[in-house]
Amino acid sequence: MNKISIWIGQGLLYAAFAAVIGIFSQWPSYQHLAPERALVKLSFSHQGELLGECVEQSLEELAKLPPNMRAPKRCPRERSPVSVEIDIDGVLAHQQVAQPSGLSSDGASAVYQRLEVAAGAHRIGVRLKDNARSEGFDYTLEQDVTLAPAEILVIDFDSAHKRITLQ
Amino acid sequence: MSALSQAWSRAERRLDRWFPAGTNPLVNLGAIACLLFAILLLSGIYLFVVFDTSVSGAWNSIDTLSRQQPVPGGWLRSLHRYAADAFALVTLLHLVREWVLGRYTRFRRVTWLTGVPLLLFMYVSGIGGFWLNWDRLGQYSAIASAELFDALPLLTGSMARNFLGVDSVSDRFFSLLIFVHLGVPLLLLFGLWFHLQRITRPAVWPTRALSVGMLAMLGLLAALWPVMSQAPADLATVPSAVPLDWILLHLHPLAELLSPAIVWALIGGVLLLLLALPLRREQALPVAVVDADNCNGCRRCVADCPYAAITLEAHPNGKPGRQIAVVAAERCASCGICAGSCPSATPFRSARELVTGIDMPQQPIGALREQLELALAGAGQGRVVVFGCDHGADLRQIDDQRVAQFSLLCIGLLPPSFVEYALRNGASGVVVVGCAQGGCAFRLGERWTAERLAGTREPQLRASVPRERLRMIFAGPGQEWRVAVAVEELRGVRAT
Repeated sequence: MNKISIWIGQGLLYAAFAAVIGIFSQWPSYQHLAPERALVKLSFSHQGELLGECVEQSLEELAKLPPNMRAPKRCPRERSPVSVEIDIDGVLAHQQVAQPSGLSSDGASAVYQRLEVAAGAHRIGVRLKDNARSEGFDYTLEQDVTLAPAEILVIDFDSAHKRITLQ
Repeated sequence: MSALSQAWSRAERRLDRWFPAGTNPLVNLGAIACLLFAILLLSGIYLFVVFDTSVSGAWNSIDTLSRQQPVPGGWLRSLHRYAADAFALVTLLHLVREWVLGRYTRFRRVTWLTGVPLLLFMYVSGIGGFWLNWDRLGQYSAIASAELFDALPLLTGSMARNFLGVDSVSDRFFSLLIFVHLGVPLLLLFGLWFHLQRITRPAVWPTRALSVGMLAMLGLLAALWPVMSQAPADLATVPSAVPLDWILLHLHPLAELLSPAIVWALIGGVLLLLLALPLRREQALPVAVVDADNCNGCRRCVADCPYAAITLEAHPNGKPGRQIAVVAAERCASCGICAGSCPSATPFRSARELVTGIDMPQQPIGALREQLELALAGAGQGRVVVFGCDHGADLRQIDDQRVAQFSLLCIGLLPPSFVEYALRNGASGVVVVGCAQGGCAFRLGERWTAERLAGTREPQLRASVPRERLRMIFAGPGQEWRVAVAVEELRGVRAT
């Protein structure tokens, strides 16, 4: 094979490799979210209430303990799981019970969930329960929202102020 | 040889037409990957200098570079991106080639096993690079990656919560990203050092022609099709449609299509399969054997062994300064290149039984001399002698009584003095056949043989041997016609 044929062959193969890189580094475009759709993200990291009640320790019990461990109350470490339900336009869209993290189940319960909705007006209802010893949901929120296409609505729980938030 | 490896070998031989003299990219994939990695490191240094590690400045610094300084800034940025894509493709092809050709067991086990983690480093470095731009594509990749990690039961919190709102991402995030994007490639470089530990003279750079070709190709691509940033990241909205880099970011849509848990199962399954492949039990082949009486510790076998399987130790005869070659059985490829390099492996020695300093039990040099003498005795005078290789052209297909063929473990096993010995014993010519130029099954056999015959490497073929009666050619499986052509050429020379 003469040199010109070799150069042409090499040029074609380099061009083919360049085409593969150039094309597949940006094409085809990926439709991550359909047009006219919006996204609701439910996400919180919240420590549920203690699963058991704290117990006052008697003087005799405290006396048996080393001086540095004489706390007046003895509390269990385990936390309640956190339950959450979301209604969108009156229909249950998501329901989840998040277990506390940690080997002793004493950490925060974390939730992250994406819910795709049509852009436009919606009525969002959120119910959250973080105390296994209470009846019903501990926190609720109902709110009307209007979502533009591709907009993200974040449903969170503000642990400091003990309230559900929509952002 | 399986049908798959035959097909691959055929493709390589076909590509030899346009990439002659060892420049075939398919047999230089590892070296090309190293070149691309070097391009990534060098172009990355420039990008690092101008990169602003803050939420507000990250996108701006890279976008401004592309718009206000197309050359060298924008060009280098594009080169960096395309080199990353090429690096991923070439590395995966390198892995597929070694798998298809069955090069992952026995003496290649450690090299294979140390290569598998490099795939992870490559992906982490590649994906993290998109985040640094902090445009819509970076935002999509960062959130998709975080959601993928959230599927792992190891993490107590949600990583994706770090990208919930506009205020969620801080400047520290970009400092961390830079640390990862610089640290992981350095880990890759360190891992590469391990990967090449059991290889003598690793080809970390492709041939000059191939390097120039790759650089020109990427440089032109970067100049003609510059990479530009998408709109800046906006965590209040979803990047609905993104021009995805399918070469590096294909895991994201896959996780959406299947579920993050299935993608992790796939990743784990592939990695486990890759790590388990070399554990397959293979029949042990006889390894090189050293004969203390004939080994003078000359070091030639140490220099020529492609897999660093031979070392020197104090000679058992106890003479001060004398050394002997010692073969590490687990590293020995049973190729016999060491036997071909041994100065004692000359058929001209007068000993009735030819014992060499280092030899292959399954194909001893002494037996080769006997077979050659037998082939050239009596009616065998005037035959063309062909020395070939078990991994190259199938010499059994040469159905010609006037040809005496010898298929060796590797062409590197042939001591060059056998050429002279054959000619002196009545051969009309000698054809030496390597399996593929630059693509020897044992890496260096064809190269060392060519150099020995050219007189540039010890042991040399003596200058007095008539070169017109010798042909050194390269012919892989299916290229037996090349051997026939060389034989006819020699006959033509002889006739004139």
